[in-house]
Amino acid sequence: MSVTAADTSAESTAVRARGLRKAFGAQVALDGVDLDLPAGTFLTLVGPNGAGKTTLLRMLAGLSRPSGGELRVLGAVPGPAAAALRARVGLVSHEPQLYADLSADENLRFFAALYGLPDPDARIDASLARVELRARRGDPVRTFSRGMTQRLAIARALLHAPSLLLFDEPTTGLDDRAVGILVDLLAELHDGSRTLILTTHRLDVGLRVADRVAVQARGRIVHEAKAKAIDPAAFAGLYASLTEGHA
Amino acid sequence: MSVAAEGRAARVTFGGAMLAVMRKDLALEWRTREIFSATVVFAALVLLTINFSFDPGQRAVEQMASGILWVAFVFAGMLGLGRSFVAERENACLDALALSPADPGAIFVGKAAANLIFLAVTEAIVLPLFAVLFNFPLGRAFPGLVLPLALGSVGFVGAGTLFAAISTQTRMREVMLPLLLLPVSIPVLIASVRITGTALAGRAVSESLPWIGLLVLCDALFLVAGTLLFGHLLED
Repeated sequence: MSVTAADTSAESTAVRARGLRKAFGAQVALDGVDLDLPAGTFLTLVGPNGAGKTTLLRMLAGLSRPSGGELRVLGAVPGPAAAALRARVGLVSHEPQLYADLSADENLRFFAALYGLPDPDARIDASLARVELRARRGDPVRTFSRGMTQRLAIARALLHAPSLLLFDEPTTGLDDRAVGILVDLLAELHDGSRTLILTTHRLDVGLRVADRVAVQARGRIVHEAKAKAIDPAAFAGLYASLTEGHA
Repeated sequence: MSVAAEGRAARVTFGGAMLAVMRKDLALEWRTREIFSATVVFAALVLLTINFSFDPGQRAVEQMASGILWVAFVFAGMLGLGRSFVAERENACLDALALSPADPGAIFVGKAAANLIFLAVTEAIVLPLFAVLFNFPLGRAFPGLVLPLALGSVGFVGAGTLFAAISTQTRMREVMLPLLLLPVSIPVLIASVRITGTALAGRAVSESLPWIGLLVLCDALFLVAGTLLFGHLLED
């Protein structure tokens, strides 16, 4: 889905996808995704299970190789050879990507080393402060609640100050209070300095924080609109019709 | 906004990433002692089983010693290699490694280095245990054992780390690792047993130069293959 012609230059476009396809054997996960996302935008991607949202996010992060089509993220083609691009992308998924037997501090210190970050102490301190986990920095992740673990996962993803931050169903398994904290954090992160993409089943969460909302079904983006222009009640009907018959 | 335009290239070096991964694996093992306890106990059980099953005489022990030792190292080592990717699979940490700007080859070498340390510690405990159980005087042969144990362990761990990474992404991971690793490791094992046998017999290991050459070649092959292929294993 194109936004405006003026936004599609490499300098202002965070994500540009054309006819993006991904197949796992006979199973088609993405079936021609077109997407132009201006830098600094917050996009919420909603869709039923199996719509290909996670596959799309993994592709943007360079964790999954497209079967076809074109993809440029922050002006580069994602993949194992794109180290400079990976240094500018962060991913928070429903799995925390943290070592349960290491402390919060040890986890962040490891990832700071893996990213070759200068001044890791200050960065770790700032990241932990942002997610309000400084007091628990020495505790093993195994002792954290699901909400705390997810906040630490965000701290890990923020450590290298990525220009593109991807959230794949981050509210999975969180209670309403933890979702509220996460939403506040997402709103705070949407300051124009980075591009954010969130996949979620919870349209209420997506509408509260995003500039744009896209619906993905059957491996394609079938609808896109500005978040402010969406009436939640009317959108529910539209969503049902767009995703009707989704296998 | 483009990567090139901002010119903010990743600053992590190959050595820096390798050391970070190795230290992390050592810290995890120090915390849990899962690999160490499993491999040492397993290796001791292998030695005990052979000792009780065959009750070999002194002459037979002298002939079979290198084979007995490598059977214990290989089976215990496989257990450790399998465990070394459990923490990466848990919580999808392998994705976090793949997401980082670190050279995937450095991640592979870091994990292999940690696995090598775990196997070396196991070997250091198993050797005296073998000497006691089989009444085998290791003292004089020990200096000659360092080379075959080091070269054999590097080759076995190089191939093992690569195949452990492959098998951890399959459903039958516990079965897949030995099925993939053992056939490929055969040249390493044969060469290691031959050179170790020479050392245990009190002869100079230089008598086994062709086997040493084969072992060095296998070590280089597995380490280079792992370094080059590891990035592709991390991708869907």
